[in-house]
Amino acid sequence: MSIVINSVEYHLPNDPRVSLLDFIRDHAGLPGTKKGCDHGQCGACTVILDGVRVNSCLTFAVMHDSCEVTTIEGIGSAEQPSALQQAFVTHDSYQCGYCTPGQICSATAMLAEIAAGWPSDATENLSAQPSLSDEEIRERMSGNLCRCGAYPNIVAAIREVAGTGE
Amino acid sequence: MKSFEYVRAESIAHAVTCCSEPGTKAIAGGTNLVDLMKLQVETPKRLIDLNSLDDRDILESKGGLRIAALASNTEVAVDRRVRSDYPLLAKAILAGATQQLRNSASVGGNLGQRTRCPYFTNIDQPCNKREPGSGCGALKGVARIHAILGASRHCIATYPGDMAVAMAALDAQVELAGPAEKRRMVAVREFHRCPGDTPDQDNILAPGELVAAVHLPPPVGGRQLYRKVRERSSYAFALCSVAAIIDMKRGRITRADLAFGSIAPKPWVDERLTQLLVGEQPAMSLFVKAADVLVDDARGVGDNDYKIPLVQRTLIATLCEATEVSS
Repeated sequence: MSIVINSVEYHLPNDPRVSLLDFIRDHAGLPGTKKGCDHGQCGACTVILDGVRVNSCLTFAVMHDSCEVTTIEGIGSAEQPSALQQAFVTHDSYQCGYCTPGQICSATAMLAEIAAGWPSDATENLSAQPSLSDEEIRERMSGNLCRCGAYPNIVAAIREVAGTGE
Repeated sequence: MKSFEYVRAESIAHAVTCCSEPGTKAIAGGTNLVDLMKLQVETPKRLIDLNSLDDRDILESKGGLRIAALASNTEVAVDRRVRSDYPLLAKAILAGATQQLRNSASVGGNLGQRTRCPYFTNIDQPCNKREPGSGCGALKGVARIHAILGASRHCIATYPGDMAVAMAALDAQVELAGPAEKRRMVAVREFHRCPGDTPDQDNILAPGELVAAVHLPPPVGGRQLYRKVRERSSYAFALCSVAAIIDMKRGRITRADLAFGSIAPKPWVDERLTQLLVGEQPAMSLFVKAADVLVDDARGVGDNDYKIPLVQRTLIATLCEATEVSS
């Protein structure tokens, strides 16, 4: 029984109570993913699990045999930041930075969802390719809270990477 | 968290056998159950993980769609057939939770999700749903989100979801797998139950029974609207919601299927509204009459009194939008 995190294989824990979040941080030693509320309300623990973003605090690690997880450490590094990571720096999209790994994992997956044509609650026409308006970005990122209130700059960073202008 | 044994389901029959034993809970997405286990509201001795089962697709069936219980909320909401033929369902799902939660949450688990009554989720408070006989903290407590219809003196909790409200308006059917060989079908409208004297039972599932799928009827057309009223514009449970399928021919209403969320212990359907509306010409006076019928048995406990006019206005606004009557 194992799980792959950022291309590295790890044995799943014996204790089924270990959340995927605690497994990532304490067992795999990847502290980039953050524990905020631990109840699925803040999004700080967002990771990409088999291609989709999830709250890693609300699932048990043992449930993910043979699954693949990407955390913030797998998205980029200080030397080689992803486009979103660079844009968050450029646009000053954080203050304390605690929610930022979750914001960036979430936004990374969100851009893939838009590319796949997935609608959101802000999408007028369910069958058309969704636009990437500020309203769409805000709706799609509503699962990631930022207590410092850096929202305008988070939207600006995502907008830049999505190529929808300043 | 209390310790528990973890088992992977080998087959649906295996899962049913395990769930027939007291203390065993099935887990799929886990977005509600894991949270409740952390709070020790749920303390299963054993979890059976359904994710190893291979029945998880959305397939065409009898002119409609069969949505396997393990399909995620996202998989349903983005499905091309759902978006074109059942936009009400896609809209209701997208109005709920966040993308992260919808990616994990299963259709079966969504139907079975528990109330968000704060007395239910706090083990230091009395709650007849969590601990029968302990009393209802909400009756004389903070009850802004609570039910105005279908409640009892033992429990005034609401069913909080959006998806099931759309499914109730669509008159979808739930396919249940249980100890008997033959699967049984129950209307979504009959799946959840009012508390009466047994508020601990949210729905009609018998011991060992599991939701296997939800069947949508053949496409019904009409204008399909989901109007959700909440305290912030995203990621909040409804204070009330209205799911509506309205069709018109030659200036008269020919279909008016309505269901209401977050005002009752279950997705609320009142057939009298359909009878009142169908055959009539749309008009504000007609909609006001429908709104009066909807709440003729409604009762608040103080904090939630506002829901009575709120759901009336939400219904009227939805009907006006669907029929292009100016409000």
